[in-house]
Amino acid sequence: MANLLAAYSLLRRSSRKLFDSRPDLNFSASIRSVNSGLTYNFTQKCDLSRQDVCYRDQIVSKHNCFLRSSGSGVLTFFPRGEGSGFPIHYRNLASMASTPARNKSFSMVNSDDISYFKKILGEKGVVQEEEKLDDANTDWMRKYKGSSKLMLQPRSTHEVSQILHYCNTRCLAVVPQGGNTGLVGGSVPVFDEVIVSLSFMNNVLSFDKVNGILVCEAGCILENLISFLDNEGFIMPLDLGAKGSCQIGGNVSTNAGGLRLIRYGSLHGSVLGLEAVLANGTVLDMLGTLRKDNTGYDLKHLFIGSEGSLGIVTKVSILTPPKLSSVNLAFLACKDYISCQKLLSAAKTKLGEILSAFEFLDINAMDLVLKHLDGLRDPLPSSKHKFYTLIETTGSTESHDKEKLEAFLLQSIESGLLTDGVLAQDINQASAFWRIREGVPEALMKAGAVYKYDLSLPPEKMYDLVEEMRGRLGAEANVVAYGHLGDGNLHLNISTRQYDDSVLTKIEPFVYEWTSKHRGSISAEHGLGLMKANKIHYSKTAETVQLMAAIKKLLDPNGILNPYKVLPTSVLPQSGEEEPKTEA
Amino acid sequence: MRIMVAIKRVIDYAVKIRVKPDKSGVETSNVKMSMNPFCEIALEEALRIKEAGRASEVVAVSVGPAQCVDTLRTGLAMGADRAIHVEFPGTLYPLSIAKILKALVDAEKPGLLLLGKQAIDDDCNQTGQMIAGLLKWPQGTFASKVVLDEENKVATVDREVDGGLETLCLDLPAVITTDLRLNQPRYATLPNIMKAKSKVIKKLTPQDLNVEIRSDLEVVQVTEPPKRKAGVILSSVDELIDKLKNEARVL
Repeated sequence: MANLLAAYSLLRRSSRKLFDSRPDLNFSASIRSVNSGLTYNFTQKCDLSRQDVCYRDQIVSKHNCFLRSSGSGVLTFFPRGEGSGFPIHYRNLASMASTPARNKSFSMVNSDDISYFKKILGEKGVVQEEEKLDDANTDWMRKYKGSSKLMLQPRSTHEVSQILHYCNTRCLAVVPQGGNTGLVGGSVPVFDEVIVSLSFMNNVLSFDKVNGILVCEAGCILENLISFLDNEGFIMPLDLGAKGSCQIGGNVSTNAGGLRLIRYGSLHGSVLGLEAVLANGTVLDMLGTLRKDNTGYDLKHLFIGSEGSLGIVTKVSILTPPKLSSVNLAFLACKDYISCQKLLSAAKTKLGEILSAFEFLDINAMDLVLKHLDGLRDPLPSSKHKFYTLIETTGSTESHDKEKLEAFLLQSIESGLLTDGVLAQDINQASAFWRIREGVPEALMKAGAVYKYDLSLPPEKMYDLVEEMRGRLGAEANVVAYGHLGDGNLHLNISTRQYDDSVLTKIEPFVYEWTSKHRGSISAEHGLGLMKANKIHYSKTAETVQLMAAIKKLLDPNGILNPYKVLPTSVLPQSGEEEPKTEA
Repeated sequence: MRIMVAIKRVIDYAVKIRVKPDKSGVETSNVKMSMNPFCEIALEEALRIKEAGRASEVVAVSVGPAQCVDTLRTGLAMGADRAIHVEFPGTLYPLSIAKILKALVDAEKPGLLLLGKQAIDDDCNQTGQMIAGLLKWPQGTFASKVVLDEENKVATVDREVDGGLETLCLDLPAVITTDLRLNQPRYATLPNIMKAKSKVIKKLTPQDLNVEIRSDLEVVQVTEPPKRKAGVILSSVDELIDKLKNEARVL
C-alpha cells in the first residue's frame, strides 16, 4: 500500500508538472508492472496507467486555456502545456466565466480566530504554512488560484461542526476541500475563504459483507476504498481517473460520474445515506444503511451534487456491488451514427445484465489518436470507418459472457449494424483498445489548441451538434467527437492550430444554446463550480434556479459555504443587501 | 509445406499472480487465462509465412486441460487452419510436452515447427530445445527474424544474443522458437471468429500418442518474493551515518 500511495503521489506530482513545463505525456509508461525478469515490452498497461489516462482526460479537458481576469471585460488566456504556447487575448464573451468580486460581508481571518481554531483542533489541525496552503489554494490544472491564509483539518464531525458554527457566527467564508481534483474550480478558494480539508477524516467505519454496504468518513481516498473492498470481494460503484487522490466525500458532493455509470448508475442511487454538517454547525445524521426508506423528504440528495454549497458531507454509507471476474471488450466499427445508436439499444437488450461500458469515437478522433500517440495501431487496419464503438461486458462466468458477446456481435455484423470489429483475446489487447478511446484527449492536446465541452444530450441528437458545428467551422477547425454514448455524454472537442477569437465566437454561445434548446446539460459530469456558475440558466429554468437559491438561503443564510460557486451570484443575497435580483 | 505451432494457455500476462495459501502453486481458479504472448508471436509468424505463399497449412496444437480449447479457438480466429488438442488434466513438464509434440510431428509431418521461446508462467524455456533434440532437427531459438527459402529448403533465422544479432541457416525441417520483437500479433476480427467456429479441433490423449506422462521433477514449494520493507525518515545526518555504519554496515 505504501508503494501504491507513493506511486500515486508521484503521479500527482508529475501531472502537476505537466502544466509547469513541456508536457511529458508518456510518464505513465514508466509505471508498469514488471514481469518475471523478462524484458517484456508489450504495450501493457496496468490499471494505474489507465486511470492516469482518464485523469489526463480530465486535466486536459480544462487545461487548454488559463483564465485570468485582467480588468473589466478583458480576459487573458494563457494557453500552456504546448512547448510554444499561444498567448492570445480574448474579449469577455457573454458565455465566458468572469470572476465575481469578493463579497464584502465576509470577515477576514484574524489572530483571535486562529487561536480559537488551535484550541479546538490543536496545532496540527491548523495549517498556515505557505507551501501547504499553496497546494490547497490551487486546483489541479493550475487554472484557478485562491489566496486563503488558513486551512483547517478537522478529525471528527464534532470538530467540523465547531468550525462551521464559529465561521457562521463570525461570517467567515468556507471552502470545503477533499482531494482537490475538481475540474471547474469548485474545490479551491476564490478569495480568502477558510479551507476546511476533510483529509484527516479517513476511516472506514463499517462494512456489511452480506449486503455490501460500506460506511466511511468523507476523507477516505477512493483508491483506498477500492483496495479495501477488493479484499472483501466487492468494488466501488464508481471508478474514475482521479481515484488515487479524490475523496469519497468530494465524489458524493459533486456527484462524480466515472467509468461505471452505465452499469451501476449515479451516486444518487448508490449512496444510501450520509452525514452532513450545515453552515450553522448543525449535524444532520442521515447515515442510514437501508435500501428502502420512504419517510418524508429524502434530504440526502440535496447534498449529493451540490458541491459543498449546502453543507459539508462528513460520512457516507454506500452500496457496493460484488466484484465480478469476467471482463470482455470489443472494438467495433459502424458505418454511420444511426448504426451506433441501434447497436446501443441492441446491446442493452441482448447483453443487458453484463453490459458495463459503451463508448464511442468518430473517425476524426481515431485519426488524431493514430497520428499523435506512439505505440498505438488501428485494430481494424483493412479499411477506414466513420464511427468506432467499444463495448465492455462484466459478468461472473467467462465462458457464458464470451459466448453471449460473440453471438451478439456476429448477429450485429450479419444484420449490418457493424461493418467490422475485433474482440480482445487477452487483457493486453483490451488495454490497447481502451488506450485508443482514452488517448483522445492526449492526442488533442498534442494536435494544438482545443476547445472542450462536456455535454449531456439525448443520444439520438448527440451527433447532430457535431455535424452542425462542422458546418459552422468548415476547414477552420477539426471537430472531434467521442464520449460515453451509453450515458448520453458527448465530449465535443474543437481542435485548431491556435486559439483564435473568430473561431471561439462561432462556437460560443452557440454550443450552449444548442444544448439548451435540446434540453441537454452544459455540464454532464464535471459540475458547475466557479467556471459555469453563471451558465446554469442554459440547463435550468429561472424558477428552478430560484428554488435552488431559496434552499441555499434556508440552509446557509449567510452564504458562507463555498461562495461564488454553483449558483450565479445574481440570484443570491449578500448580507446588507435587499432581496436578490431575480431576473434570469 | 505444413507449419505446426505449439501454443500454451497461461494466466493472462496482465493478471496479478497470487500464490495459493498452501504454497503448492499459484491460484488459477477464477483467474483470466489467455494465450502465452510468445506463442501468439509464433502463430503470427506462421500465418505470415502462409500468407506470403510459403506454406499451405497452419496447424495449432496445445497440450493441457479441457479449457485449452478456448485458447485454440483464439488461434483459429487469428487464422490457423485447424487445431489439435491433446487433453491431459494434470501437471506437465517440458520433457513430457516435447515427447507429445514429437508424436504429433511424426503424425502430421510439418516442414517447420514454431514455438514461443518460453511460457510466461513457468519461464522454463526448454520445450523448443528438447523437441529439436528428440526430433534431431536443427533449432533456431529466440528468433527475431525468420526468412524461408523453399527451393533450397533452408530457413535463415536472426537471433538476439548479448552482443547483437546472430544469423543462423537451418536446413528444413527445423524448430524455431520466437522472441518478442519478431512481429506484432494480429487481433481476432469478427469475421475470422465467425469462420473459426466451423474449423476442426481434433482431440487426442497422451495414450493415443503412446506417450507416458511422468516426471523426475517435483515442485516442493512456491512462494512470493519477500515484500520490500517500508523506509524510515531519519531526523538528522548523524542518525543516518549511525544507521549506515551499524545497521546497513556499508560505512
